Amino acid sequence: MNIKLLKQRIYFQIFRITTASVILFLFLMIWTFISNGIGVIDWTFLTDIPRRGMTEGGIFPAIVGTIYLTLGAVAFALPVGVASAIYLVEYAHEGRLLRMINSAIINLAGVPSIVHGLFGFGLFVIFLNLGTSILSGSLTLFLMILPIVISASREALLSVPKSFREGSLALGASKWQTIRHNVLPYALPGILTGTILAVARAAGETAPIILTAAFFFRPTLPKSMLDGTMALASHIYYMATQHPNIALVRPLTYGSVLVLLGIVLSLNLVAIVIRTRHRRRKNW
Amino acid sequence: MSTKIETRDLSVSFGDVQAIKSISMKILANRATAVIGPSGCGKSTFIKSLNRMNELTLNSQTTGEVLLDGENIYGNNYDVVTLRKKVGMIFQKPNPFPKSVYDNVAYGPRVHGIHKKEALDRIVQENLKKAALWDEVSDRLHPSAMGLSGGQQQRLCIARTLAVEPEVILMDEPCSALDPIATAKIEGLMRTLSTEYSVVVVTHNMQQAARVSDYTAFLYLGELIEYGSTKDIFENPKNELTEKYLIGKFG
Amino acid sequence: MEENWAKKIRGLNLKEFLIEKLLFASATISIIVVILIFFFLFSQGALAFREISIPDFLFGQSWQPTSVIKPEFGAVPLVYGTMVVTFIAMAISVPIGIIIAVYIAEVANPIEKEILKPIVELLAGVPSVVYGFFALVTLAAWIQQLTGTNSRLNALNGGIVLAIMVIPTIVSLAEDAITSVPREYREGSMALGASKWETIRNVVLPSAAPGILAATLLGFGRAVGETMAVLMATGNATIVNFNILDSVRTMTATIVIETPEVAFGSLHYHALFAVAVFLFAITFAFNYLAGVVMRRFRRTGR
Repeated sequence: MNIKLLKQRIYFQIFRITTASVILFLFLMIWTFISNGIGVIDWTFLTDIPRRGMTEGGIFPAIVGTIYLTLGAVAFALPVGVASAIYLVEYAHEGRLLRMINSAIINLAGVPSIVHGLFGFGLFVIFLNLGTSILSGSLTLFLMILPIVISASREALLSVPKSFREGSLALGASKWQTIRHNVLPYALPGILTGTILAVARAAGETAPIILTAAFFFRPTLPKSMLDGTMALASHIYYMATQHPNIALVRPLTYGSVLVLLGIVLSLNLVAIVIRTRHRRRKNW
Repeated sequence: MSTKIETRDLSVSFGDVQAIKSISMKILANRATAVIGPSGCGKSTFIKSLNRMNELTLNSQTTGEVLLDGENIYGNNYDVVTLRKKVGMIFQKPNPFPKSVYDNVAYGPRVHGIHKKEALDRIVQENLKKAALWDEVSDRLHPSAMGLSGGQQQRLCIARTLAVEPEVILMDEPCSALDPIATAKIEGLMRTLSTEYSVVVVTHNMQQAARVSDYTAFLYLGELIEYGSTKDIFENPKNELTEKYLIGKFG
Repeated sequence: MEENWAKKIRGLNLKEFLIEKLLFASATISIIVVILIFFFLFSQGALAFREISIPDFLFGQSWQPTSVIKPEFGAVPLVYGTMVVTFIAMAISVPIGIIIAVYIAEVANPIEKEILKPIVELLAGVPSVVYGFFALVTLAAWIQQLTGTNSRLNALNGGIVLAIMVIPTIVSLAEDAITSVPREYREGSMALGASKWETIRNVVLPSAAPGILAATLLGFGRAVGETMAVLMATGNATIVNFNILDSVRTMTATIVIETPEVAFGSLHYHALFAVAVFLFAITFAFNYLAGVVMRRFRRTGR
């Protein structure tokens, strides 16, 4: 009897240590970013344009570019994604078409980001002649995050009990009235969580925007959707691998990493908090 | 005594399973009609076919006619939204919406276009009174309805249904999830409501049917076995099966 | 409420009809997009095979598309690069991922769970370029110190950082699989006198095995498709050396590096699409297999 428990204790300790090590790795990684990059971050860094071949100055155009690209992607993905989810959950009948749509969504989610990037390059940049632009980048990112929004919205809608719909219909409400007043409001937190996670994903993607929207060095802000732009993710890549003097700008690279990481992890945390709070407050 | 709802050869199946077979009967206006029978006899399916809620289940097939005031509700031109306004339903498990008591009762009127506060206030109060709930909630109209007891929730659902001014009220085993005191209150409501509305109650509790209804229909394995005034059915059942059920030979 | 009801109903019905059609159109966009991507990639990639023979592409051992003398389009070095890095990553991430999943699902107390689960999610949220940067600067230095290798950026570096990126995928799916093993199984085992660990090893894990397998397959798909981190970590030399401390080049990195430089419509351009199709096929196969495994799981293993 004792040997069993001893074995168990040893195994469980090993598991605990393994888990702790992985988490430690994460924190260590973040710590190297903070210790190497925090010194660089100040108001100028965040609001100034890059100067002197990007050995000085700030990353403001990159921050703005990331915001434009991400907002553009979400502006398409949110309405299309939520509308698709509503159709799939509330209207669609079982059958071949439904199965096809569902597997299309799963497939789309599994496409590597670089393949999205190449597709975006071929279709938007070259074929539709949109050039290297925010529009090309946003459309490409939109295709990438669409399945995320759809899946999260579907789950949120499915978690609303059937009895809400039945009760509303029995009172003589139409299907759309039922969805709008008695289903969607309760699915909103889940939809919001999914959207925020999609935004975080779009903000962090590099390969697709390198091929469709990003420039290495653009000291001016983009003037329209057809303009190309700097972006945080691509900026980090360039500064770390393509800059003529990588070692010199290393601290600036760390600074950019911190900014991007800060934005993305904050978004993820907000989404997690919304989800947790909603789960606790749910009184049905 | 006029007929409110008449079913003619009504049959409903789900996929391969036939739930009710060729039921023809006349439900009278402003009376309470009970539908009784053992589990699985199709009572629920029957009552749900009176407001086309069966259509929410996949693979449901309905044949025959259901005439509400002479018009077939399954006809091509009959609007299902209007139908459900006229024919309300109370479910077995109380299903208040996770909104305030006020918003629960006001939901129906709002959906049908009434938005003025004074009108809604009046409707809410009137119908909560009709459902014998006003005294208990008049001071807590705005907190969530989920905080009410089971019996109160069910009466809230009744008030909610009354607020859309139906003509028929269907009740699908409305007391089966409630304690005896709450049940007694709802049974009282069934009687008072049947003077103004046409009430159809599905119940597995024979004594309840005897207490509450003017007419009773006995269903067995999807077929209508016997239908008549409650007094006749209970004191003088014509069919052997009916008699067996009533004395408890099967449940 | 009765006046104008008929008129209102007609208006309502029209609105309902339009709304349903609009929602339907949105839903079909996903199918349209997948078909479009498929079609576009294939058509552009197929054009490469007018000049390159398929065996040359699949089995050619040299990828030198920009050579002036004799451009070569053999995909083997690229596939090798992808596979080496992926295998290293899976060798690390699968055992660790399962261990963490077991820990979170079975051993950790509720407070630990509340903290660990979000942290694993955050691990998944770190952008790939950030991981790549870390591998490039810090991880590579550690490996170099430990092994004394000459090429700082190598397959091992890529494999390790990729493992960290794949672990959250495996953990979350494996954890789901483990927690969905019915309580009755566990209780039955414990009632027979088995310890918690014995229960996990003999009852829970075998029962959750299909889900864990699916998690692994999805992890594979994710690893194969990863771009920036491996790009920055592996050195990008298109050689096949069977030495994990040597530099390699993955399929994904190839596309990112070479696409900005190609002439539109050139053979190189189409060859890159061919690589993308190949990549898409591999990830699709893994994802599809994972789906098959999950469906079987749901049907048989409660």
